[in-house]
Amino acid sequence: MSAVNLRPELEIIQGWIKPSARILDLGCGDGQLLAFLYADRNVKGYGLEIDEEKIAECVRKGVNVIEQNLDGDLSNFADNSFDTVIMTQALQVMQQPDKVLAEMTRIGKEAIVTFPNFGHWKTRLFLGLKGMMPVSETLPYSWYNTPNIHLCTFKDFEALCEENQYRIMNRNVTDMYHNRGSWLSRRFPNLLGEIAVYRIKQHG
Amino acid sequence: MTDTIAADSVGIVTPQTVHFDQKIELECSKFLPAYDLVYESYGELNASKNNAVLICHALSSHHHAAGYHSTEDTKPGWWENCIGPGKAIDTNKFFVVCPNNLGGCHGSTGPSSINPETKRPWGSDFPMMTVKDWVKVQARLADYLGISCWAAVIGGSLGGMQVLQWSIDFPERLKNAVVIASTPKLSAQNIAFNEVARQAILSDPNFHQGHYYQYDTYPKQGLILARMVGHITYLSDDAMRTKFGRDLQSGKFHFGFDVEFQVESYLRHQGEMFSKNFDANTYLLMTKALDYFDPAREFNGDLRLALKNALCKFLVISFTTDWRFSSERSQDIVNTLLLENKNVSYADIDAPQGHDSFLMPIPRYIKIFKNYMDRVHDELNMEGKV
Repeated sequence: MSAVNLRPELEIIQGWIKPSARILDLGCGDGQLLAFLYADRNVKGYGLEIDEEKIAECVRKGVNVIEQNLDGDLSNFADNSFDTVIMTQALQVMQQPDKVLAEMTRIGKEAIVTFPNFGHWKTRLFLGLKGMMPVSETLPYSWYNTPNIHLCTFKDFEALCEENQYRIMNRNVTDMYHNRGSWLSRRFPNLLGEIAVYRIKQHG
Repeated sequence: MTDTIAADSVGIVTPQTVHFDQKIELECSKFLPAYDLVYESYGELNASKNNAVLICHALSSHHHAAGYHSTEDTKPGWWENCIGPGKAIDTNKFFVVCPNNLGGCHGSTGPSSINPETKRPWGSDFPMMTVKDWVKVQARLADYLGISCWAAVIGGSLGGMQVLQWSIDFPERLKNAVVIASTPKLSAQNIAFNEVARQAILSDPNFHQGHYYQYDTYPKQGLILARMVGHITYLSDDAMRTKFGRDLQSGKFHFGFDVEFQVESYLRHQGEMFSKNFDANTYLLMTKALDYFDPAREFNGDLRLALKNALCKFLVISFTTDWRFSSERSQDIVNTLLLENKNVSYADIDAPQGHDSFLMPIPRYIKIFKNYMDRVHDELNMEGKV
């Protein structure tokens, strides 16, 4: 997964979670978000993770964690069986992000997904001026060793949502330093937002 | 003989025997009027009696899970890797209890014990035992020890089945269930291997319909064969390849049926050792307990219904190369618990050692196990403060 600090997104996600909700966190890492939501929102939830070190950390925190690969089959989770399915900073490492999104909106009444925005002005500038694949604080890898195999921009993501008829309920942008909600980034999110935080659901 | 006992061992331990005069009704509709149960314990029971952990043993093991009986012992208990000061099941934190199941051959009443009616060993007249019966007996041991609720019930393989049964039969008497390398029921292939093992024993001329004690003999060859076939299922193809490959004992073919390949020598040795320490009737009985285990059966075959009333948290662990009880069987348990909205964590440990992995000091396995148990202990403390 990318080395992005979760903190700036946490507050946004927290605000969208109802108390006592049933939460599934795909690629839950060390369980930081779930542990926070257990305490703050009294949610019931599970995380899916494949890194055994991180699984061990979840277990130590008392976070329910299931070793399961998100690129594999998620059919063990029933339709609409969770209030919210969350995936933070993992969409871009999926083999088939569109399939994972379809599963998220099937399993959850709503889904929250966050990813680094490849359309951010710094990324554009890096590629435009240097002519090399962008490396930044949000995207710290080189092209040959990056786990981020499916990067996209806000616009790309929204096009996919439209194609699959997902309703975008909320969209937020943030950067590494918690600066969100400035009028400028609201006006030009695809240019000024480093991290996208979307809340979506299936139509109907 | 062991020269020095490691600092992280529970050290010298002494088994205890409890006599129960209370009749026990068994699932097979027979009963035992009275029985002995031998157990070991490690660590100290705290004042609120909430730090007790029950260890359920597997097919061929017993109550001696950790430490040594004397300095003369060459080997420690069977789960020395996981039980001791600072280990996954930390005896500085928990009071750990491990009984030998009824029907066993290491001190608890079993087929080699004297039947009070005939004054002779029970032999094959000893009633058939099930996982449910064992759990019932373990609950009586808990009563005897003054433990109303276990902090955790833990077991691997057949032991894991007892853990599952605990969560179903006594939901209020355990806070955590640790189910390792186990399954919610045996497959046809599992039963088939057990049947081969049983036939090896039953067809040994020294079996005498299970009353071999009277003839001062025992079905040694049958027991050896049973263990050999069983042992193959405990190891992975990879583990066998790594350990033995096609290595020969003497470096050349002898064109005969004596031991030539090292794997043959190993299996014969394992069988031989086992046959000296294990009772054939107990082996028959334990394999049947495995075959019969299917807690969903009481609930129209629906495991969800069976686990519906479980209240404890679960940790389920499987091993990638375990083909006896494969990862998919553990995932059956996990997925059922997920559907029932139970607290569950699951890890599928990448390890080459096959089914026997649960006994081994595999770092990733031990870390997850220890972290879980440390959390169990933290939660006991939190509970104390409320």
